[in-house]
Amino acid sequence: MTCHHCPEKSVISLQHGELCKNHFLSYFEEKVFKTIKKYHLIGRKDSISVAVSGGKDSLTVLYLTRKYLRENNLENELFALAIDEGIHDYRSKTLQDLDVFCAKYTIPVKVVKTKDVFGHTLDEAYPVVNKGTKKKPCNVCGVWRRYLLNKYAREFGATKVITGHNLDDEAQAIVMNWFKANTSLAAHLGPISGVEDHELFVPRVKPLYFCPEKEVRLYALLKGFQIQFVECPYARAGYRAQIQDLLNDFEQKYKGTKQGIINSFLDILPLLKERERQQNQEQIQECQECGEPAHGRVCQACKIKAVLAT
Amino acid sequence: MELEIFIERENRREKVNFSGRTIGELLKELKINPETVITVRNKEVLTEQEALQDQDKIELLSVISGG
Repeated sequence: MTCHHCPEKSVISLQHGELCKNHFLSYFEEKVFKTIKKYHLIGRKDSISVAVSGGKDSLTVLYLTRKYLRENNLENELFALAIDEGIHDYRSKTLQDLDVFCAKYTIPVKVVKTKDVFGHTLDEAYPVVNKGTKKKPCNVCGVWRRYLLNKYAREFGATKVITGHNLDDEAQAIVMNWFKANTSLAAHLGPISGVEDHELFVPRVKPLYFCPEKEVRLYALLKGFQIQFVECPYARAGYRAQIQDLLNDFEQKYKGTKQGIINSFLDILPLLKERERQQNQEQIQECQECGEPAHGRVCQACKIKAVLAT
Repeated sequence: MELEIFIERENRREKVNFSGRTIGELLKELKINPETVITVRNKEVLTEQEALQDQDKIELLSVISGG
């Protein structure tokens, strides 16, 4: 098959036609840059922290954020922020790729270890926190990662956190929230995360919002990013993995399924956010233990800390 | 035809006898959803319609994140 635009060989079949390497790379970059502009994800005065793991999504979004700033003659401060949960035989490998990448593109990297902040790795913590339940490690990991990304992005001076969430991640989160009737959580999704503004919250934004995971992997491959495939040992245990399989099966049978989920969700997102603002009168307050933003008296990270201390 | 296949997600390399013609047919036979892999031959990315040849060395790179 040849490219829809030129005689070169196709590397991907999209709904609107085949694309060769060069036309795919342009198409992908244009889509990411359009998302940044349409949703005002990067402001002229923003100091930018890109949340990174060393995987394809975070390296791609880091590379394209840097490229976007350069192409638009923007001089925003940019750094990569990684959270090391201490998952054995996993995180150290992805952080190696991150170091190589950031050295090549001269991007400063900051790494925060859960062991240093909370006194425990995820491997040590979750069997204690989830004892007697069927919960997977992902609940502890999620709370820790969100907490540390926000706290350290802010402490390092960032006014925006850019994440590598792609279209598949978002479609999975939307369906998970529907299946579990978590309408309130769904209101926090979208190209810009969250519902409320608070001086202690650094807004999180998603430039890869409209990029399917397969396109992100292909972009990273064609750009020659060095990424070794290492799977989080807990990844297949979670509810998300089953939703991922379900959506991939549907996408294969009915092309455009994931994009359809995103489009219909974006139509109702303003209503969800408005409803959340009206119903959730509880103000964000500062955690009485650590001073970080919390929806109750004590934040989730400090609740986990208390369980680990017993 | 005989193919040598590397499945990245399982870090597994194996030889398979394949009676079909294209990448799409191969993935169907291996019960791998094309949404989840990128197929590479000699550093060249292949689409599902691409025809295979005897003794091809095929890499199936995982699309799904490591976690």
